[in-house]
Amino acid sequence: MLNFKQWNGFRGRIWKEKVDVREFIQKNYVPYDGDESFLKGPTDATNQLWKTLQTLQKEERKKGGVLDMETEQVSDLDVYGPGYIDEVNKELEKIVGLQTDKPLKRAFMPYGGIKVAESACHSYGYVPSEKLMEIFTKYHKTHNDGVFDIYTSEMKKARSNKIITGLPDAYGRGRIVGDYRRVALYGIDALIEAKTRDFHETEHHGMRSGDFRLREEVAEQIKALKGMKKMAQVYGFDISQPAKDAREAVQWVYFGYLAAIKTQNGAAMSVGRIGAFLDIYIQRDLEQGNITEVEAQELIDHMIMKFRMVKYARISAYNELFSGDPVWATLVVGGLGQDGRSLVSKTDFRILHTLNNMGPSPEPNMTVLYSSRLSQAFKKFSAHLSIETSSIQYENDDVMRPIWGDDYSICCCVSATQTGKEIQFFGARANMAKCLLYAITGGVDDKTREQVGPAYRPIDGDILEYDDFMGKFDQMMEWLAGLYVGTLNMIHYMHDKYYYEAAEMALINTDVRRTFATGMAGFSHVVDSISAMKYAKVRIIRDETGFPVDYETEGDYPRYGNDDDRADDIAVWLLHAFMEKLRKCHTYRDSEATTSILTITSNVVYGKATGATPDGRKDGEALAPGANPSYKAEKNGLLASLNSLTKLPYEEALDGISNTQTINPGALGHTKEERMQTLINVLDGYFDQGAHHLNVNVFGVEKLIDAMEHPEKEEYANFTIRVSGYAVKFIDLTREQQMDVIARTVHANM
Amino acid sequence: MIRSGYVHSFETFGSVDGPGIRFVVFLSGCAMRCQYCHNPDTWNMQTGKKFTPKEILESALKYRPYWGKDGGITVSGGEPLLQIDFVTELFRLAKEKGVHTTLDTAGGPYSENPLFQNRFQELMKYTDMVLIDIKELNSERHKELTGIDNAQILAMARHLSDLNKPMWIRHVLVPERTDFDEDLSALQAFINSLHCVEKVEVLPYHTLGVFKWEDMGMEYPLVGIEPPTKTRVENAKKILGCIK
Repeated sequence: MLNFKQWNGFRGRIWKEKVDVREFIQKNYVPYDGDESFLKGPTDATNQLWKTLQTLQKEERKKGGVLDMETEQVSDLDVYGPGYIDEVNKELEKIVGLQTDKPLKRAFMPYGGIKVAESACHSYGYVPSEKLMEIFTKYHKTHNDGVFDIYTSEMKKARSNKIITGLPDAYGRGRIVGDYRRVALYGIDALIEAKTRDFHETEHHGMRSGDFRLREEVAEQIKALKGMKKMAQVYGFDISQPAKDAREAVQWVYFGYLAAIKTQNGAAMSVGRIGAFLDIYIQRDLEQGNITEVEAQELIDHMIMKFRMVKYARISAYNELFSGDPVWATLVVGGLGQDGRSLVSKTDFRILHTLNNMGPSPEPNMTVLYSSRLSQAFKKFSAHLSIETSSIQYENDDVMRPIWGDDYSICCCVSATQTGKEIQFFGARANMAKCLLYAITGGVDDKTREQVGPAYRPIDGDILEYDDFMGKFDQMMEWLAGLYVGTLNMIHYMHDKYYYEAAEMALINTDVRRTFATGMAGFSHVVDSISAMKYAKVRIIRDETGFPVDYETEGDYPRYGNDDDRADDIAVWLLHAFMEKLRKCHTYRDSEATTSILTITSNVVYGKATGATPDGRKDGEALAPGANPSYKAEKNGLLASLNSLTKLPYEEALDGISNTQTINPGALGHTKEERMQTLINVLDGYFDQGAHHLNVNVFGVEKLIDAMEHPEKEEYANFTIRVSGYAVKFIDLTREQQMDVIARTVHANM
Repeated sequence: MIRSGYVHSFETFGSVDGPGIRFVVFLSGCAMRCQYCHNPDTWNMQTGKKFTPKEILESALKYRPYWGKDGGITVSGGEPLLQIDFVTELFRLAKEKGVHTTLDTAGGPYSENPLFQNRFQELMKYTDMVLIDIKELNSERHKELTGIDNAQILAMARHLSDLNKPMWIRHVLVPERTDFDEDLSALQAFINSLHCVEKVEVLPYHTLGVFKWEDMGMEYPLVGIEPPTKTRVENAKKILGCIK
C-alpha cells in the first residue's frame, strides 16, 4: 500500500492499493446541498488576465481566426519553454501552462496527416518549414497516409459522395479522456510504477502480435509519463509526487490535460469530471485555513481560463463542419453517486460560477449531469446560468449512471465514457437521408449520379409505395452499416499505429474497455419521409433522364416532433434497425458498437450534399441537427417536441441523442423566479421520462438577427449559443449556419 | 353526456396562462370583436376541430411530468364560455385525476339568466382558477373596442369574488384605446373591491397577430397604433398595483 504525506487527512484504503480515483472521491468528498451564496467574484488578477486574453481573442478574430502558428517544430510534451498569457505579468497566473510558447499560438501537429497539417498552415498564410515537410513526406508516414493506402475503392467513393462523412482520417480521432486526476492524486512516479507492473504482467509464453502491440503501447505510455514530468519542470513544478494542496491539485490535473492537448489534435479533447475530486483538496485547505474562498475560486477561474484557450490548427473545410473553432473541452458537473448521495460539491458551483466571473464562453463545453433528484439550489443555479448565458447543456444522469457508473465523463459533445477505464473509437456519421435516397435510386448518388452503393433494383414507379420502399431501404442500410464499420475499422487500426494517444492512455487502465461510436445524420428527415409514404401519397418527380430529383406529397401525415406515436414509432424503429445492423459487424479490437443521433453544426454541410427528400426538404437544405425534429414540423409546442425525443431509447443510442431547443425568455415566464422554475420543470419532466440530452438556449430570434447584422457590437463579442452538442460564439458561425440557427423554431408564446 | 368541443389548437408549453407550466386548449368561437385581437382566426367556432373532453384530457396528461407542483390545464380561446358544458366536462374529468384547472375568459357570454347561472355554477365546481381579461372599465370605450359593453364582465368578476375563486386579472394595454389614467385608476378600484385576486398583469399590446387579419382578408382596425412605451407600461403597472 502506498502512503504519502500529501495524503494526510484523506480517508480510505483501496485507492492507496491500486489506482482508483473514484474510490478516493467516494471516501472523501462532501456533498453540498446549499445554494450559491458562498461564491466569490473574480480577483483583480483574474480580471486582468481575462481582459488580456479577450484582447488577444479580438486580435485573433481580426487576423482571420488565427493569431499565430508554429511552422518549425512538431508539438510534443517537451519542445517548448514556458508560455504565459502575459509574459510581463506571469506571476498573476495561478495555474500555468500553454500548448505552445505563446497564448493562442497553434501548434504544428502532423501525425494525423501531414497534408492537413500543411494546408492548415496555408489556410492562414503560414508555410511549414521544408525540413518538417521532408521528414513527414519522406521519412515518417502519418495516419492519413496509412488509411488511404488501404481504403477500398468503395470506401473512397462513399467518402467523397458523403454518405459516410466527417471521418477522422486526417487528424486526431479524439474522444479519449485521460483520467487527469491521477496526476494529482498519485504523482507521476507512482503511475510509472503501476504501468511498469502492467508491462511485466503482459509477459507470457507464446506471445503474439496482439501482445507485442500491447507491450509497445504500454512502453509508449511510460515514455509519455516521463515526458509529462519534463513538461511540468519547464514551469518549475515537480509532478513526480502527489499534489500536496489545492493549488497543486488543480495545477497537476491541468498538466495531465495539457499533455493530452500538446500531443493530440483530436476533434474532441474533453477535460472529464473533476469537480468533486478537486473539492476534496480545496475543502482540506479551507478547513486548515491555508486558503480563502476567494483564492479557491481564483484557482478554478484560472484553470477554466486555460480551457477557454485550447486551440488547434484546422483547415477551412473543417471549420465548415465544426464551426466556431470548437475543441469540446467538455467538463461535467453535477450527477448523483450510486449510493444515492449527490455528487454536487461546492467546486461544481465554483466551476459553473466561472460563467459569472468571466462571462459566457463556448469552452469548456459545460455539461450538467442532471437528475430531478439534484438539490433545488443546484438546479436553480444552473437554470439561472442557462437563462443568462445559454452556455450549458444538460444530460440525463439517471439514464447514464446505470450504464457507465457514477464516475463517467463526457468525452465529446454528449457521449459518456467511464473515466480512466474506457475509451471510445470515434466514428463520425452515416448520412441516413442519403441512404434513403440510395434505396430509391438503387445506389446512385443523388448529387453526383455516381454508382456508389450496390446497384440494387431502383424504384421505377411514380409513387413511393411504403412496403416496396421498406424492403429496399433495409437492404441499403445493411450495406451502409457494413461499409461504414469497415471504414472505421481501418481508420482506428491506422490511428493506433501512427498516432497512438500515449499521454492519454497512460492515464487510463491498461486493461481498457473500448466502445465503437458510430452516428446517424438526417434522422428526422428519414422518419418524416417514411411517415409520408405510410400515411400519405408520395409522388416521385423525375428529370428528363428519369432520375428522381424531387418529391410531391398529397395528404397529411404525422411528423416526428409532435408527440404522435405514429411518427415517433418510426423514429424508434429506425434507430433500432440501424443499430441492429451495426451490432452484426466485426468491430476493431473487439470494441462494443454504439450509435448516436447527433450532428454538431455539420448538419448544414451534410444537407448541402444531400438531394431533396420525400418529407419536403429541398435539395441542399440543411438537415435538422442531431435528433431534433425537422424545421417547421413541430406544431404543438416545445413539450410535444420534447416528448417525441423521450421515446428514443438511450440503450439503443449509447453514444448520445442530442437535442437543441431555443426558448424565448418570455415563454419561460414573466419574472426571473418564474423563468428558473419553468426551466427546472421542463428539465425534470423531460429527463424523468428518460430523454438523454438537451441544449438550452434562452433568447429571442431578434437578438440573433441583430447579432448577425451587427457582429461588431460589444455585447455580441462573447454571445454564446448552444448548437448540437457544443457551444459556440454566434458571431463565429458562417452566415449560412447563422441563418440555419435562425430558421429553427424558437419556442415563444404569443 | 360527452359532447365534443371545437378546438382551435393546443399549446403544450404554456407558461404564462396560469400557474406553472400549462397545457393550453384554445377553443374556437368568440363573439367579441376586439380591435386588437391577435387570434382572429379563433372567432369562428366552426373552423375548429372536434375533440371529446376525454381525448383532450388524455393528450394533456402526457405532459404531466412537466407540471411540477403548480401546472395543469388552461382552457382559453376564443371564448371558452361559449362552450361551457364542454369545458365543464373536461374540468370534471381533470379534477378526477387531480389536475389543476384554469379558465381563461373575457366573460362575454356571462349572464344573470338562471339557465346560464346553473351551468356556470356547475363549471365553477371544477375550476380552480379564473383568468379574466378586463379590457376597459369605461363602458363606452369598452363597447367601441370590443363590440359589447362591460356590465356582464364586471358582474362575472364580482360573482367569482363572492365565490372566493382565485383570479388573475389581465389588462391589455393598447395606446389610445385602453391606456387612460382615469380608467386604469377606476379599474384598480374595482379590482380592490374583489376578493381572491392573486395577480394583476399588464400585457403590452403587440402586433404579432396582425398578419392573421391580413390572411383572413380583413382590415386591421388598429393600423398605426404602436405597442405602448415602457414608460406607459410601467405607469399602468403602478396604477394597477401589479408589483407587490
